[in-house]
Amino acid sequence: MASTVRTPHPREKRIIFRNIDRPGWTNDIDCYLRDGGYAELKKAFAMKPEQIVNEVKASGLRGRGGAGFPCGVKWGFIKPGGPKPVYLICNADESEPGTFKDRYIIHQDPHQLVEGTIISCYAVNARLAYIYIRGEFPLGAKILERALAEAREHGFLGKNILGSGFDCEIYVHRGAGAYICGEETGLIESMEGKRPYPRIKPPYFPAVLGLYLCPTIVNNVETLCNVKHIVRMGGAEYAKMGRPNNTGTRLLCVSGDVQRPGYYEFEVGGITFGQLIYDICDGLRPGRKLRAVIPGGSSAKVLSVADRYKIKSRQPDGSMLEKEMGLEELPIDFDTLAAAGSMAGSGGVIVMDDSRDMVWALNNINEFYAHESCGQCTPCREGSLWMKKITERMLHGGGTKQDTDTLKSVADNIAGRTICAFGEACSWPTQSFVAKFRDDFVAKSAGKENGTGSH
Amino acid sequence: MSAPTELLNVQIDGVWHQFPKGTRVIEACRRVGKFIPHYCYHPKLSSPGNCRMCLIEMGMPKPGPDRKPELGADGRPVISWIPRPQISCAQDIAEGMAIRTDSPLAKECRNGVMEFLLINHPLDCPICDQAGECHLQEYSVEFGTASSRFLEEKVKKPKHVELGPRVTLDDERCILCSRCIRFMKEIAHDDVLGFVSRGSYTYLTAYPNKRLDSNYSLNTVDICPVGALTSTDFRFKMRVWFLKETNSICTSCATGCNTLIGTRQNVVYRQTPRENNDVNSSWMCDYGRLNFHYLNSPERLQKPQIREKEALVNSNWKSALARAGEELRKFVNGRIALIASARMTNEELWLTKRLIASLGIVDHDVVPRRGEADQILLSADRNPNTLGAQLFGITNENPGAKLSEITEKVRSGSIRAIIALGEDLTDIELTTDDLKKLSLIVATGILPSETTRHATVLLPGSAFAEKRGSMINSKGRLQRLNRAVQAPGEARDDWEILRDLIQQLTGTNGIYLIEDVFRQIADAIPEMKGLSLSKISDKGVSLAEEAEETTKATASI
Repeated sequence: MASTVRTPHPREKRIIFRNIDRPGWTNDIDCYLRDGGYAELKKAFAMKPEQIVNEVKASGLRGRGGAGFPCGVKWGFIKPGGPKPVYLICNADESEPGTFKDRYIIHQDPHQLVEGTIISCYAVNARLAYIYIRGEFPLGAKILERALAEAREHGFLGKNILGSGFDCEIYVHRGAGAYICGEETGLIESMEGKRPYPRIKPPYFPAVLGLYLCPTIVNNVETLCNVKHIVRMGGAEYAKMGRPNNTGTRLLCVSGDVQRPGYYEFEVGGITFGQLIYDICDGLRPGRKLRAVIPGGSSAKVLSVADRYKIKSRQPDGSMLEKEMGLEELPIDFDTLAAAGSMAGSGGVIVMDDSRDMVWALNNINEFYAHESCGQCTPCREGSLWMKKITERMLHGGGTKQDTDTLKSVADNIAGRTICAFGEACSWPTQSFVAKFRDDFVAKSAGKENGTGSH
Repeated sequence: MSAPTELLNVQIDGVWHQFPKGTRVIEACRRVGKFIPHYCYHPKLSSPGNCRMCLIEMGMPKPGPDRKPELGADGRPVISWIPRPQISCAQDIAEGMAIRTDSPLAKECRNGVMEFLLINHPLDCPICDQAGECHLQEYSVEFGTASSRFLEEKVKKPKHVELGPRVTLDDERCILCSRCIRFMKEIAHDDVLGFVSRGSYTYLTAYPNKRLDSNYSLNTVDICPVGALTSTDFRFKMRVWFLKETNSICTSCATGCNTLIGTRQNVVYRQTPRENNDVNSSWMCDYGRLNFHYLNSPERLQKPQIREKEALVNSNWKSALARAGEELRKFVNGRIALIASARMTNEELWLTKRLIASLGIVDHDVVPRRGEADQILLSADRNPNTLGAQLFGITNENPGAKLSEITEKVRSGSIRAIIALGEDLTDIELTTDDLKKLSLIVATGILPSETTRHATVLLPGSAFAEKRGSMINSKGRLQRLNRAVQAPGEARDDWEILRDLIQQLTGTNGIYLIEDVFRQIADAIPEMKGLSLSKISDKGVSLAEEAEETTKATASI
């Protein structure tokens, strides 16, 4: 794909994105092999699967898809020697607004993903893996299919890979254009040829009752790529990157009101929002001030520059230190963002300056979630569209005095009460926008009394 | 003896109870009087957990330092409550589990879901068939509010959709609980329904080129918690709150599905299945369910009639019965055949047996009705009481085997008279010419047929919904019919007609009530020893099990 070649910022630490925009780099297997590709696969076959699982546990790698669940712990849920086959699914349904990292791996460095996936299959004893790629990535799907064919030709896939005795096959499965397919159990239903209605947990935990009701591991593209580097570096060495419990590097996708939006890779927590916006992304547009940041994809709760955040962090001596910080001082890692009341999510950082109409911004997000709610369970199905209809009405001058409170109450009636995390994904924006920018919402709907609706 | 089921301790709203392992949380709560509202959950179907109406607070024993549950002052486990509400329909109870069905959080969840379900629901209750038996209405009273906060336009969806020949859908009323989809897939094994589109715009439909035409389609109407799926036969016919419901059984095949007959002012408006896990679970087939419209036919036979010269003329019961007795006496000694029906009740069949004896009839049988069994409920035997007819010796192990012999004897002239009980003789290959040759036809029936038209004496009887009595289904289960409506005109209960006929032939027989008939049966038939109509109860009794019980009881004495 013809893309503007960008030079990495000197403060980046590129591991996963090492080959992205690399001069002279092509996405075929020859280029990958010339660069020492598939060496980690050979190294992995010299290890026992449990050893790899242990290295991943030691690395502290947390899932890069959004939830940040420890990868080694997830793998540990697969009990060796079970009667059913184990499946591994790479979640390449990258759909969270503001997130555009996995597509670059797929487009420019597909063999990194293939190698990471084969190693992960070996670790959890999966003989069959699927890469579930969103329907809107037809080019990515073709590139992956070619990469898999190349890997097969070179004996990295198929029977008795590299004489290891391990058989493994990977297939690309294309989605049909639904955000909910990124939810792992919805994804599994979709793969089974059904509507992607997320499953109830219990009992349908993928590691127990996943694809075809067999034990299944679902990992994000970036997560699986990290596995290759953990094998290369060793878990302990990998864990030295980043901060305790927030190890490794993180791909950040910056969009919105900055001069130099794009994708970046840093050590987890190695950079603050202020540094990211002003130093890396060349700051805001002239004359503008920072208003808010959505730190981890559109479903993450918005953070306001007007707020102070009390963040506890573990010191080198093991003690906990609480520090009050502004938005710009927050380091971008899992625990800090959770402590700030939001989440690192999928790494999609959306920056908003003081020119932004917060009701417009929330309505934009609400439109997306109302459109993408699968409709299976009541609160999300009805609530997501209701919230969108309220913000849209407010935006077009039809706001009433009660709208702000109604919005919050509708969101409160969704969060925590749905089958899957979409309930949180669609209600957190409303909850946080209304909480942090209440005055904007009240101003939009001032003066008009609420009527009473009909049932 | 099977191993006793393990009992688990569960705390519900602060009180500890015990339930067998494997009990659903929602069922455990119901058993102790804590009803949890729900839409998508149905005990006979899988649990998708999609309506979210049954959210409750749940907790588990808090583990102590030794990983064993920490015990409180009362010796019971200290509960660690899960912060998120949990659905109660899809989880089984566990040892030490605690449930709060009425906490502020649980109530808040319920009210929230209720509001969500109503915002896009049309306010057309006044013309909705479900009104009066609608869960949305019922829970609105308990968990809804008087006015709505919803100021927006409601979502528009397809209305008046003919999903199949018997079911009409209003998608705007649908709350997307998926009960119908699961029923068609899991019970009817005809996976034709599904959702299309997404989010609040999702709607129910049949798959392209498919119709909801299964013989079980109307069960989806029963389990639809709202007015989305309606019976094309019943819709707009009657407000359900006017219906009087009578427990009975379906008589359209040998399965004997348990039913509720819905009537108003002596008219049957619908039949719906009544749960009986030993017979029909919660379902019945459309064929049986809709097989009642003939009850309201204007053609119904309403008056006893007798033949005067060539024509049938209206008579009265006294004269008609006297005429029948008088004529029948002329043909004893093997010249009378009796065609009974395996649709008759045990009480009627018992009296038929006595009639056979009093007239010395040797040529008797029933008319078999065979179709294809469907492996769900519909039996190949479309007669509801073949077992009863066999038990009382009206027919043998091969029903209908004697019919061709009887037909031959009619044609050869050795049989001169026929008693036809509810059956049309043209169904046993007799032509109208054959009927004309007969010297005597005494017929009972509810609708006109060639037989009734050629009858010498016509005695109008009652249909299944108009009488009491019992039948034995194909599995040997003795079940009860109850009277839901009165027979039209002067038509009488068939057991009374038979009693009176016997009385004409043999004098007073001391039978005044149907219970007297059953008592005679119970005294004479070992399988029914000790039973009475009231002991059969609404769910019937298994004669095999009953016999076993009796044997045991006798042995223990």
